[in-house]
Order: sequence, then C-alpha cells, then structure tokens
Amino acid sequence: MSDDGDHKLRVSKIRSGTVIDHVPGGQALNVLAILGIDGSKGEEISVGMNVPSDRFARKDIVKVEGRELSQDEVDVLSLIAPDATINIVRDYDVIEKHRVERPDVVEGVLSCPNAGCISTGDEPVSSTFEVFDDAVRCSYCGTIVREEIASLIDT
Amino acid sequence: MRHDHVITSKQLSRSDIETVLDRAAEIRDDPTAVADRHAGALLGLLFFEPSTRTKMSFETAMKRLGGDVVDMGSVESSSVKKGETLADTVRVIEGYADALVLRHPKQGAATMASEFVDVPLLNAGDGAGQHPTQTLLDLYTIRENAGLEDLTIGIMGDLKYGRTVHSLAYALSNFDAHQHFISPESLRLPREVVYDLHQEQERAQVREHESLEEILPSLDVLYVTRIQRERFPDETEYQKIAGEYQIGVDTLEAASDDLTVMHPLPRVDEIAPEVDETEHAAYFEQAHNGVPVRMALLDLLLGDEGGEDDE
Repeated sequence: MSDDGDHKLRVSKIRSGTVIDHVPGGQALNVLAILGIDGSKGEEISVGMNVPSDRFARKDIVKVEGRELSQDEVDVLSLIAPDATINIVRDYDVIEKHRVERPDVVEGVLSCPNAGCISTGDEPVSSTFEVFDDAVRCSYCGTIVREEIASLIDT
Repeated sequence: MRHDHVITSKQLSRSDIETVLDRAAEIRDDPTAVADRHAGALLGLLFFEPSTRTKMSFETAMKRLGGDVVDMGSVESSSVKKGETLADTVRVIEGYADALVLRHPKQGAATMASEFVDVPLLNAGDGAGQHPTQTLLDLYTIRENAGLEDLTIGIMGDLKYGRTVHSLAYALSNFDAHQHFISPESLRLPREVVYDLHQEQERAQVREHESLEEILPSLDVLYVTRIQRERFPDETEYQKIAGEYQIGVDTLEAASDDLTVMHPLPRVDEIAPEVDETEHAAYFEQAHNGVPVRMALLDLLLGDEGGEDDE
C-alpha cells in the first residue's frame, strides 16, 4: 500500500492550507503547540497519529486548513521533527513542497528549564535559544539542553 | 577596550584583559593622577542581593575617580518590592547615572538588563552565572603573584554554583593556563562551562579532580571557594564533604613554596586563619585589588570625559 493511499483512509484531504508530513510518531500535538495552533481561532485541523509510514515505522501528520505556514514559522519544527516535509496546498493541489531547515535561533517557543534563569520570570522578554546540531542553548543563562527538547515547548 | 557593557568574562579578549590590568597597575602606582578624572559622573548601584566587597569597592573606585554613586538600596525598600520588573528598574535608573552596576539572583539578569539600557552596565554577579569584575581583580592578583604565563592553577570548592569560578575559567582560557578543577562530584563544573572550555581546547587545558592531594605540588595558584551548607540535604553530609576541601597550614606542606592561595571571600572555615600568616595567603590583597581594577574598568568604560585620556 502506498504512503499516500494510507493517509487517505485516516485524514481527509484539505482544500487549501498546509500539510506537515513525516512528523515522528507521537509529536503531532507538540507540532501544533510550537506553531501556537490550538483550534481556539476556529482553524480546521486534522491530526493523524502513529500512522504506518514507509520512512518511519509510525509517523504523525498534521493538516491545517486555510492557513499557509511560512518557512520561518515551520523551521522551528526542526527541533522536534527534523525530517518533516511541508506541503502548501491550494485547491487540492500541492503547489509547494519543502523541508524544515534548522534555524540559528528560536524565540518565544521554548522555556528555559533552569528555574534560576531570568527568562523564566515576569520580565518583558521572550525566551531565546541558540540552535546547535544536537542541542539548544538558552541565550540568557547558557543552559544547554540535548534531550527532550519537546518538553521545553512553551504552551 | 571597546565594550558598552561588561556582562561575562567570555566577551573579554586577552587584549581587553591586559588593557584593564595595565591601567589598574598605573592607577595603583599613582592614584592621585585620576583623582578628579570623572568628577560629576554618577555610578548607579543596583544590588538585589547582599554584597560587601563588590559594592563597597565599586563605590570606593567611583569616588576615587572623583565621581559619586547613587544606590538603589535594599530590595526591601525599593519599588522591586511593589513588583517592578528588572527591565523597568534599570530603564529608570539609567536616567540618573552614567553607568550601572547590577547584582541579581537570577542567571542571565545582566544580559537581559543590558538589552534595555544605553549606559554601560557591569555585571556584579548574576545568580550562579558570572562575575566578570571579580575575575579581572583575580587575574590582576594572579599576574602580580605568579604571572599569567605558563600558569598552573587549581580551582577548588563549589564549582557548580560558583560564579567567580565560571568567570575565571573562561578568562584563563585566553592564556596558556593549565586549569585543575577540584570538587566533590555533586559540585563539579556545569556541563555548559565544560563545553565552552572544550570549545577553547587549543588554549584551555582542563582537568577535573575530586582530591587536591595529587595535584597540589604542581600548582602555582590555589583558588579556594566556599562550599555552601544549603547545597547539601543534611548537615552531616555537608560536614563530611566540606571537611575534605579545607586548607590548613599542614595541607600546604606538600605545596610549592611559591604557591599563592586565593579566595574571593567571604570565607567561613575553608581556609584556616593560620594560613593568613604564611607567604601563601593573597586573599586580602586580592580583595584590596578590587579598587584599582574597578577604577581602571570604570575609567575605560566612562571614556575621556575627564579630558586627559589619549584614547
């Protein structure tokens, strides 16, 4: 069975918007959290979790109707879904397809795990992390996080 | 030296450090030459944590340059008590002063505060982060006593939370220093600092130890820091661990005659009072060096408003 055929069974096609594919199994809700999409603005969102995949044993897929996500918006997904592919859809056709790229810095997305860091208080600053190949680093206190970056997502 | 702010010792190059230390030596030799150099200038002191040496030596330094200080006072008596953010506090006080000195319990506080002000901001300690002006006076003391070239230094005690240690380690990576870090397992250097020092691998030569004994004879300088009681779950554990990192006259029998013993102070019982009388002790001299070094730093940051500088 083809990969695409498999999706059709579980997640309906969207007319126009963004499809985020090849997300590691179990990370779909973190993808939405990073993008700040929680459905409260009435967005039509379809989520497929742990669907069989050719590339991964299981993958997640997220479809957001009516919103074309920019490269900057999706690049931050590289922290938890480095192999994700982004499909921009218009009138049921994929008009653009690209991968996420690792940004140099992410702002306002993660919260520092160091309780003694100034960025965790009430100051008027966004958390800022430098992004390395295998880790992120708080620009304020210097804390380096290598594992479980998803747990730092500021929801 | 051209920095608007002094936030971390990582930002200081070897040339920056030498500029400050050379200027400090000139000032120490002839303090009257700069007595009116910054007349009328005001230094804002924002200490959100207790301080004796750092605060008083900044105040002394500014006054010996002809300037004066405005002091926020204790947190208890300030607007901070009413819930004001640090960002707002520094934005207000920069309107009163020509430079600011900030000590704050949160790591990264000086970095954040510097984003909100245009006057020079000096980090006088940010939680377990950095204390770069202490490092400059430490380096001055090392240069006077042992020299910074081909230095072998042991840094001992609370390396995890000790901000003076973190700043000193970064600064020493500018020199060909062999750095030995001696601490209990639970108080080793933070992995961030180790990571950074390894980034400087070509210059930094870093080793970690649990015991002083094996490396003491090879040291030119032993930098001792206080192991704090509150870092341990119970008193017995603290007494057991802290006792292993105390220095007495007998400990130093195995050391070189030229060993310089330093401590950022305050000490509790990690260096026995008898050591004060030996040729090794340099910690009071180290504390006194805070004045000429901070005078030099302020002079360089405040620029030539005194009209005599050639820079």
